[in-house]
Amino acid sequence: MSTSDVVPQELSGHVGQKRVGVINDMSIQVATVNGSGSQSSNTVLLRSIFQMGVPISGKNLFPSNIAGLPTWYTIRANKDGYIARKKEIDLLIAMNAETAQEDVKSLAAGASVLYDEPLALDKVRDDLIFYAVPYDKLVAAACSEAKLRKLIKNMIYVGVAAQLLGIDFAEVEKAIRKQFLTKVKAATLNLAAAKAGFDYSAANLKKRDPFYIQRMDKTKGKIIVDGNSAAALGCVFAGCTVVTWYPITPSSSLVETMIDYMKEYRVGPDGKATFAIVQAEDELAAIGMVIGAAWAGARSMTATAGPGISLMAEFTGLAYYVEIPAVIWNIQRVGPSTGLPTRTAQGDVLSTAFLSHGDTRHIMLFPDSVSECFTMAQDAFDLAERFQTPVFVMSDLDLGMNNWMSDPFPYPDKPIDRGKVLSKADLEKAGSFARYKDVDGDGVGYRTLPGTDHPAAAYFARGSGHNEKAQYSERPDDFERNMERLNKKFETARSFVPRPEVTGGGKAKIGILAYGTSHWAIIESRDQLSKEHKVETDYLRVLAYPFTREVHDFIERHDRVYVVEQNRDGQMASLLKLDIKPELTPRLRSICHIHGLPIDARSVTDELMMMEGK
Amino acid sequence: MGNTPTNTPAPAPTPTPKTNRIGLQVVDYRGGKTTLCAGCGHNAISERIIDAMYEMGVQPERVAKLSGIGCSSKSPAYFMNRAHSFNSVHGRMPSIATGAMLANKNLIALGVSGDGDTVSIGAGQFIHLMRRNLPMIYVIEDNGCYGLTKGQFSATADLGSTLKSGVVNDLPPVDTCSLAIQLGATFVGRSFSGDKRQLHTMLKAAIAHRGTVMLDVVSPCVTFNDHEGSTKSYKYMQAHEEPLNEVSFVPSFEEINVDYDPGTTFEVTMHDGSSLRLRKLEQDYDPTDKIQAVRRLMESHEKGEVLTGVFYINAKAPSFIDMLNVTDEPLATLPESVTRPSREVLAKCMDELR
Ligand SMILES: Cc1ncc(C[n+]2csc(CCOP(=O)(O)OP(=O)(O)O)c2C)c(N)n1
Ligand code: SF4
Ligand SMILES: [Mg+2]
Repeated sequence: MSTSDVVPQELSGHVGQKRVGVINDMSIQVATVNGSGSQSSNTVLLRSIFQMGVPISGKNLFPSNIAGLPTWYTIRANKDGYIARKKEIDLLIAMNAETAQEDVKSLAAGASVLYDEPLALDKVRDDLIFYAVPYDKLVAAACSEAKLRKLIKNMIYVGVAAQLLGIDFAEVEKAIRKQFLTKVKAATLNLAAAKAGFDYSAANLKKRDPFYIQRMDKTKGKIIVDGNSAAALGCVFAGCTVVTWYPITPSSSLVETMIDYMKEYRVGPDGKATFAIVQAEDELAAIGMVIGAAWAGARSMTATAGPGISLMAEFTGLAYYVEIPAVIWNIQRVGPSTGLPTRTAQGDVLSTAFLSHGDTRHIMLFPDSVSECFTMAQDAFDLAERFQTPVFVMSDLDLGMNNWMSDPFPYPDKPIDRGKVLSKADLEKAGSFARYKDVDGDGVGYRTLPGTDHPAAAYFARGSGHNEKAQYSERPDDFERNMERLNKKFETARSFVPRPEVTGGGKAKIGILAYGTSHWAIIESRDQLSKEHKVETDYLRVLAYPFTREVHDFIERHDRVYVVEQNRDGQMASLLKLDIKPELTPRLRSICHIHGLPIDARSVTDELMMMEGK
Repeated sequence: MGNTPTNTPAPAPTPTPKTNRIGLQVVDYRGGKTTLCAGCGHNAISERIIDAMYEMGVQPERVAKLSGIGCSSKSPAYFMNRAHSFNSVHGRMPSIATGAMLANKNLIALGVSGDGDTVSIGAGQFIHLMRRNLPMIYVIEDNGCYGLTKGQFSATADLGSTLKSGVVNDLPPVDTCSLAIQLGATFVGRSFSGDKRQLHTMLKAAIAHRGTVMLDVVSPCVTFNDHEGSTKSYKYMQAHEEPLNEVSFVPSFEEINVDYDPGTTFEVTMHDGSSLRLRKLEQDYDPTDKIQAVRRLMESHEKGEVLTGVFYINAKAPSFIDMLNVTDEPLATLPESVTRPSREVLAKCMDELR
C-alpha cells in the first residue's frame, strides 16, 4: 500500500485510542554510521515487533568498511508474511548526518521521518511527516557517564519508534534483556535509553503517521536467525567433522558461528573434539584441505564467496575427476574480486555449475530460507558422499547475513549417508575392488579410505587419466569410458537432489521460475499480479542443479516462463537452456536484478507486466 | 631399477624370505615399475624410502603417500603399492596432506614434491605447512629444474648455474632448509640421492619423528640438468657435498648397545623412543639451535658447499594435530552417535533463537 493513500489528519492520536490507518504493514529504515553500535538497537526494534506477533524481516545494508561509512537497516513488518525487501520506506529513522538529506529526498510523499533535532530535516521537504528528537539531551539525562553515551544513543530511537508505533514497552524491555543477556550493566543502560525515548515520545510527539503495530499471533514459537548461523547449525547436525576456511564476507560468520556451536556441542566427555576447524592460508589451501580430509574419510566443508570460488577452480576439477566428496558453501555477493563485497547477488550460478577445466559439472543446492540452510546442510553432505563429488550450496549475502523469521528447525529425520565406502570386512569378503568400476549401474564406484587395514584397500588417486582400477592410463577407450560414467553419475544425481517446489493451480499460461532468496519477492509479486492485474501464474522454485524432471515438465506446461534472478545475464535461464529441449528455449524470459539490494516484489511485478505488454 | 640379469642363475634352495618385525618382506613395500628416466635421482630416493619403511616395520596400509605434480610427484606410484596415494595438483600437496591428517591422525603421511612444486608454485602452501608442524615427512626431490616440463630453471637453481642450452640463471636460489627451520619445521635436513647410507638413515629417523620433517634431497635430473655448469649434477654433488654430521639411528625396537661419546656425538631421543645420533664433524654444532643452523647454512652456501646432514631437530614440540585436541578415533570414522548432537541440543539451540 502506498503511504500517500492515507490522509494523516484523519487519524486519531495516541496509543490506546481507536486505531485507524495501516496496521502491521510497514517498512522502517534506520540510517546510521557503520560501527556506531546500531546493530543492537536495530535487533531490539526488530525483536520487539516480532514479539508483538507480527512477521518481520531485517536487512542490513552495510558498506565494506569497519567504521565510519553510512549503513542502513530495513525492517519490514507484514501481517501477511511478505518479508521480501520493500522498495518504499514508510518510516525513516535518520541518525546519520552525512546521508540524512539524501535519505529524506529519496522518500515517497507521505512517509515519516524520525530525526535528530539539530539535523533540521523538516526544512528539506514539506510532504513528509517529521518527528524531531533531541537525542543528545535525552542521552545525557539517561546516562551519567559521558563516555558511555555514544554507545546507547541509538537505543533512544528504539524507544521513540516503539511508542509511536504502539509497541508495548514490555516487549522492548524483553528484547533488550535478550540482546544483552549476561551483560547486566549494558542492559540497564540501554533500557534507560529506550525508556527515555519512549517517554519523550509519549509526552512530546503527536502521532501523525498512519502506521501501527498491533498484537497478532503469527510469530508464536518462531525463531529469528540469519542464514549463516542456520547453515552452521545444519552442518553441526549433519555430522561434519572437518572445516577449513579463509575469511571472506559474507561467508565468514558461517564458520565463526560453527566454531561456537562445535565447541559447545561437539566435544566428547573426555574433553576431546569430534571436529577440526582450521583457518587456512587462502582458499586454494582451504579447498585442498577439504579434499584431503574427504579423501581420508571426513565429512569436510568450507565456506566462501565468489573470489574464493574462483581460487578453488583447479582443485574442484580435481575432486570431480578423482571423485572426492566436498561441501562448499558459496555465500554469493556482488561482483569481481572486491566488487560490492557487502551486497547481495545470485551471480555465481554459471561459474559454479561448471567450475574448473575440462568437462565438469557440479551439483548445486539453492536454499531460499534459513530453514533450508539448515536442512540442505545434510543434503549437501549426503549428496557429496553418495556421489563422491563436490556439492555447492548457493546461499547469498541477503540470506546468510540478515535476520529471518522461521519455524524452528526440525531434527534431522534421516540417518547420515556416508555413501559407498568399503571397510576391511567388505574387502575380506570381496577380495579386491576396482575404484572406478560402475558396479551398481548408477555411475558411482566404491571407495576405500586410507588407513583401511587390508592389503587390497589402497588405490592411487590421481587427476590424470586412469582406468577402472585407478591405474594410470592414456588409452582413449579408458578415458572415454570414464567420462561417460561420470556423466551417468550426474544423471543419476538428478533423481536424488531435492525436488523443486511447485505452487499454483497448474492452469495458468504464465510460469515463474526462481530460486534462493528471490523466492520472497516472488510470493508477494504473484499476489500483486493476481490482485492488481488479474494475472494468474504458476510458480516453480528450483532447489537444485542438476534439474529434476519437474523442472522440464513445468516449462513444457507453460507458454511463457519468467526466470527471475539476481544477476545481470540470466544465469539460471542460460543453465536451463542447456538442459531443456531446444524448441522450449524461446519460452524462457529473464527478469534480472543486479543492484546489490535484495530483489523486491514491486519490481518483479512491474517488469513482468511490461514484458507481458500490458 | 636398472639392470635386469640377462641369464637366470641356477635355482638355489629357496631360503625363507627375509621379513621385517611385522612379518612383511621388502616386496610388500614395492611399487609399480618406474616410468622415470633411467638414472634419475628420484628413482634412488624411492628405493631408499622402500628400504627405510621396510626396516622400520611400518604397516604399509597406514601410510598416506601424497604428492603434487612433476616427475618427482609421480614417484609415489613407484613405491609402496599397499599404501593409499594422492597425486594432487601442482604445488598444493601440503593442503591435501593437512586435510588427510585432520581426518585421520593415525596415518603416516609421506609427501614427495619437487623443487618447482615446492618452491615456485607451491611456496605459499609450503610455508604454512612448515609453520603448522603437521606430522608428516616432506621430501623435496631437488633437481634445480622442472623435469616434467623439460628442464626450465626452478627457484632452487643456483646463481650462475646454466641450462643445457647455456642460459645462465641470474636469480639467487631459495634455500628450503633455512626457510623450513625459520618457519617451524621440527626436523630439517639435506641429503643427496646418491648418498645411500645417509639418506637411508635420515629417512628412518624421519619415520620416528612426530612433527614436520623437511628433507631436501638433491636428486639430479639426468635428462635436463646433469651437465657441466649445473650445480645439481651427480658430478657437482660428488665434488661439493659437505656433511655437517654423521647420522646414525637406532630404532626403538632395537636394543641400544652401541656406546657413544657425548663429547663427539649429539644424541636425540625421538618421539617413539628411538635414538638419533649425530656425530659431530664440526666442534660445537648444536642441532637444536635454529640460529646457528641458519647461519651455518648461509655460510656454506657462500663457500659453494652443499651442506648435508641433519641441521635442526626438536623432538618435543607439539604437532599441529596434537594442538587440535581431537578424539583418539580418527574423525573420518566417527559414528553418527558421536557426530550428531541430540534432539535436546537442537531444542536448546532453537530456544536460544526465540
Ligand atoms: C597449475 C599448473 N601449472 C603448470 C603445470 C605444468 N607443470 C607440470 S610439472 C611442472 C614443474 C615440475 O617441477 P618439479 O616440481 O621441480 O618436479 P620435477 O619434474 O623436476 O621432479 C610444471 C610447471 C601444471 N601441471 N599445473
Ligand atoms: S626428466 Fe629429469 S626429473 Fe624427470 S624423470 Fe627424467 S631425469 Fe628424472
Ligand atoms: Mg625439479
